[in-house]
Amino acid sequence: MSEARRVNTGTHFMMGNQACAEGVIAAGCGFAAGYPITPASEVFNALAKQLPKAGGTLLQTEDEISAVCTAVGASWAGLKSFTVTSGPGISLMQENIGLAVATETPLVIVDVQRLGPSTGVPSIGMAGDMVQVARGSHGDYQIIALCPESPQEMFDMTVQAFNLAEEYRVPVFVMAEGFVGHMRERVVIPDESEIRLVYRKITQGGEPLTRRDFLDPEVASMPVFGRGLKTHVTSSCHDEYGMRNLSDPDVMHRYIMTPIQKILSKRDRIVEIEADYEGAKLVLISYGVVSRASRQAAAMARAEGLKVGTLRLKTAWPFPDKEVRAAAESADFILVLENNTGQMYPYIKAESAHACKVGFLGPQVLGQIHDPQYILAKIREIMK
Amino acid sequence: MSEKTHPLRKYMRPQVKKTTFCPGCGAGIITQALLRAIDELGLTMDDFVFVSGIGCSAWIPSPLLNADTLHTTHGRPIAYASGVKMGLPDKHVVVVSGDGDLSAIGGNHLIHAARRNIDMTVILVNNGIYGMTGGQTAPTTPYGLTTITSPYGNAEQEFDISALVVAAGGSYVARWTTYHPRQMTKSIKKAIQKKGFAMIEAITQCPMQFGRVSKQGSAVNMLKNYKQNGIRIEKAAKMDPSELQGKIVEGVFVDCDKPELISSVAALQRRTGGKE
Repeated sequence: MSEARRVNTGTHFMMGNQACAEGVIAAGCGFAAGYPITPASEVFNALAKQLPKAGGTLLQTEDEISAVCTAVGASWAGLKSFTVTSGPGISLMQENIGLAVATETPLVIVDVQRLGPSTGVPSIGMAGDMVQVARGSHGDYQIIALCPESPQEMFDMTVQAFNLAEEYRVPVFVMAEGFVGHMRERVVIPDESEIRLVYRKITQGGEPLTRRDFLDPEVASMPVFGRGLKTHVTSSCHDEYGMRNLSDPDVMHRYIMTPIQKILSKRDRIVEIEADYEGAKLVLISYGVVSRASRQAAAMARAEGLKVGTLRLKTAWPFPDKEVRAAAESADFILVLENNTGQMYPYIKAESAHACKVGFLGPQVLGQIHDPQYILAKIREIMK
Repeated sequence: MSEKTHPLRKYMRPQVKKTTFCPGCGAGIITQALLRAIDELGLTMDDFVFVSGIGCSAWIPSPLLNADTLHTTHGRPIAYASGVKMGLPDKHVVVVSGDGDLSAIGGNHLIHAARRNIDMTVILVNNGIYGMTGGQTAPTTPYGLTTITSPYGNAEQEFDISALVVAAGGSYVARWTTYHPRQMTKSIKKAIQKKGFAMIEAITQCPMQFGRVSKQGSAVNMLKNYKQNGIRIEKAAKMDPSELQGKIVEGVFVDCDKPELISSVAALQRRTGGKE
């Protein structure tokens, strides 16, 4: 695939969703599935034009259920696979996201979130799916989720999501939302040689059902189809060899725990944050597009002599617990800013309430990005 | 004493020593028809990827067959199989699953795969009931039949799945009962060779659930019923619909050639310069 990658190297003025599509191409994606949905459609629209030229294929499916299933199927066929949607599509995909987790399938899902619940407001961004991507499929599991704050990061994090998916055999989400998806900004796409790409380890030979194809905390190599490996894949409870087992409690335990440990034991390598709170009494914690307002508000507060810092969660899942704890233990007050009614807030509070006061500030009107002046007013009130 | 081995055993995983099927189940006949078709075509298991969903018949390929096998969620095997085929255009992708899996919860994927005419063989095992979960009404359950979830008789009309897939655009569609395994084998061979969406609707006995609720009883009785009520599509075409009440129309419903999805996708990749 690499010979036809066609990286759109250069400096562009580009929409976030287009930058995401450029990231898909640059990452060497071989298959994309999608179903039209606002505010995510531009990603798949762009891929429909660009991916065939880059040697990939795509399928506009009959619904989002089919989109995630075909993407998983293509991943088992050996391709880097991708799908993109918004909240309603994620809701439909949930059961089969669980299959991707259970079968340890590399997969990238971009969620350009919109205002909900239900059909809500398609064109308005809201970080409404932050918990459902991590907890929405039944059972216990861990995925990886990244939070872009700009069109540049729509490119960077899409490439990064492919790398993480391939490295850890796990579904990885890019938690964009309508604002960052539709935002137009400067996007720098590096030269092809400067973009680091990761490819999954592929099983080379060995006897089926005696190979340890699954449940390795260090990530088993993937026995992809079509190579005579006679691989057996089931989403039902299975052992290390992929063989279904519904009777041994030890196997059931490992079936749930090992894929979780696979991610949590590598969390230091996965989790990324942006910290700027040295000496701060109050730390603003945010992610995604809200972080832009957060930084601006912090700068305005500092100009007034208030000791305010910021912590941006570039990774939402696995949850940056240690990083939040460190901020809480260095400050007197944590103020959580989210464009929702507080989805990550309970997780942040659980890691900080032992050390400092914790508060939440949603936007002045749900579905709007926080006005920095409005955040500043809250900062003044807290620090009075 | 030398141990005798079934001539088709070589296509099964050596580690798998038993099947999950009830006594009298038709899944064995269908498994044989499928493996005989592969055998007679001279293909190997490495030429195939098998995909199945949830329900008894999803266990026909998984974990039994010694090939790449993907056992998925309820209703979705055709969607998964479409992705596999997009990634491995040179492999034969075969879905084996039940009527509940493929025509109820997964009905949308069935008709759209047929519409796209993606090169794929679907063996839709139709036993007219939900067997694994204990005998509930399916979209294929005959009108009036008493089941666990229609204790006063099924008030709904049943699906004619073969007609549905013909209408949706399938390239090859045939229906056979397990009383006609040779014809079924021949049709599976055709389906595998067909460049396009092919479906075999395999009508099969479920003595444990359907036999019990329909009072048709044993597997033998159900097979006798197939023998008595099976009628060839050519003959049925000349009959009045009223004469077809309770009959099972069998045969090849469609066998045609039209543009296939994977080839069309490859052609557009070549046209855009994405592929040599």
